[in-house]
Amino acid sequence: MVESSQNENIEILTYSEVEEVGGYIGNFDVKIRKKARLVDMEKCTGCGTCYQKCPVKVPSEFDMEMGVRKAIYVPFPQAVPNVPVIDKEHCRMFTKGKCQICQKLCQAEAVDYEQEDEIIEDKFGAIVTATGYDLFDASVYGEYGGGRFKDVISGLQLERLISPSGPTGGHITRPSDGKEPKNVVFIQCVGSRDVEKGRPYCSNVCCMYTAKQAVLLKEHMPDVQTNIFYMDIRSAGKNYEQFVQRTMEKFGALYIRGRVSKIYERGDKLIVKGADTLAGGQVEVEADLVVLATGITPRHDSKELAGILGIPYDQFGFFTELHPKLAPIETVTSGIFLAGACQTPKDIPDTVASASGAAAKVAALFSSDEMSMEPLVSTIDTAVCSMCKACMEVCPYSAIQEDEITLRDGTKKKQLKVLESVCHGCGACVSTCRSSAVMLRGMTDEQIFEELMAMAQ
Amino acid sequence: MEEGKWEPKVVGFLCHWCSYAGADLTGSARLEYPHNIRIIRIPCSGRVDPMFILRTLQNGIDGVLVSGCHPGDCHYQSGNYHARRKFAVVKKLLEYVGIEPERVQFSWVAASEGPKMAQVIEEFVEGVKKVGPNRLFKDETKDGK
Repeated sequence: MVESSQNENIEILTYSEVEEVGGYIGNFDVKIRKKARLVDMEKCTGCGTCYQKCPVKVPSEFDMEMGVRKAIYVPFPQAVPNVPVIDKEHCRMFTKGKCQICQKLCQAEAVDYEQEDEIIEDKFGAIVTATGYDLFDASVYGEYGGGRFKDVISGLQLERLISPSGPTGGHITRPSDGKEPKNVVFIQCVGSRDVEKGRPYCSNVCCMYTAKQAVLLKEHMPDVQTNIFYMDIRSAGKNYEQFVQRTMEKFGALYIRGRVSKIYERGDKLIVKGADTLAGGQVEVEADLVVLATGITPRHDSKELAGILGIPYDQFGFFTELHPKLAPIETVTSGIFLAGACQTPKDIPDTVASASGAAAKVAALFSSDEMSMEPLVSTIDTAVCSMCKACMEVCPYSAIQEDEITLRDGTKKKQLKVLESVCHGCGACVSTCRSSAVMLRGMTDEQIFEELMAMAQ
Repeated sequence: MEEGKWEPKVVGFLCHWCSYAGADLTGSARLEYPHNIRIIRIPCSGRVDPMFILRTLQNGIDGVLVSGCHPGDCHYQSGNYHARRKFAVVKKLLEYVGIEPERVQFSWVAASEGPKMAQVIEEFVEGVKKVGPNRLFKDETKDGK
């Protein structure tokens, strides 16, 4: 991120949202709302005095609400740019109307409570969608406590507990009483491969991150026992299977094949009841900490973004690629590419591969002044067109637009035109046009009628 | 085909991305379907103008099959939905003027459904055989143009 931010050809707009996308490949008109962070990015030096002195404490989103942040904050230590943002919902200046501590302390005079959202409108040649994923909300699983037990945490929460910059400074402790856990249970496929919960797909990363966390726990606390309830171990990837084997053999993780039916509290312990389908019986594990290997779900707003970009998504909300095998990076809207888990659950190597692919696609697109297009697109005979605009409504790509021309006598006339770079040649407009003004090259009505005539003979 | 026995002649408008590929798969899987059908490849079932169906029948062809991608699977996002709506109206109109419903069919066949394509064509041709030659709509006076 730091490297990207220092590249003169890369402009990073954080805390910003794309609101409108128009145009087509090579000529996208994009409207971006750069939200007011209430701190002047030009003036701020990133000294950190403001968030050290801010009196308001808020549960930190980055630490999965296990730690605290201030009302003026940098989301996490390595954030780029290193400029804080004021959280209007919690800042005393906005809730109570007075405070101004950060403003008074800022030597660079960067804090500006009056700052307003900025709208950026610009032209772009290509768009790469890399919006990532949301973590599955495990509280829908009533049998795992539905969020009632403090010591039933998600994989990402454990990740923060292990992190040296996390809320506990890297000491793995139970959220309830701060004690070190001795017996840890991992439950896999929470929100993955579960038709009941509407998530029939495999989240791809959980098997491996669970194995990694079991290794890390053992490295941090050599006397810990890790028990992993799994359905199948899906370790397809370079060296992944060896890693899982090492987790079992060298790091003593106990893999139990079966689902957990119930978790309940007994004293300060959690009792995990489940099946061991290989041994063919019930098992009961007394755990200090339960980690749910929560799966990947699409971003909560992915469908809205798909609407803005004009790209399709699947029944879950993952963006759909042009072709599952032959065009996994492109979308049906040419000039818009996909990178990472916004398309389907992906691990880091897959994400890097798809992101590199998207970057290469964009670079290839920009490397020449001309681009080759599919010639079989629609055209409109403006002399016949009655301007009813029925074709505009059926076009799934908004490839038909209104155009204004100046006639020889100087008067202006409106007419429709097909943007050849946007049209995919589906022909919906042709069969919709009442006056037969639209023609699909290579598939005209006349050509089809000739075929029919030949067949009738 | 047996000499002297009437065999129907039917036309299939198959969309390039699903049904045409499905029919292709039927062939590469060595499955057989009645050779009464002549296939016209179209980019999308949304390309099918109701006029195609009328002209086909007017030219004395005994049946028309239109086949596209399953709803939600359209390569062009919404073409088969447009087709479905158009077709519902055309079908009513044809029934009103006396065309047997067996003569004009609509189906969804995916690119992976080779056996289903063969089955759809077989059932369709059977249906057309049952209702007999298309005499009602055939335009004898002109060459159909």
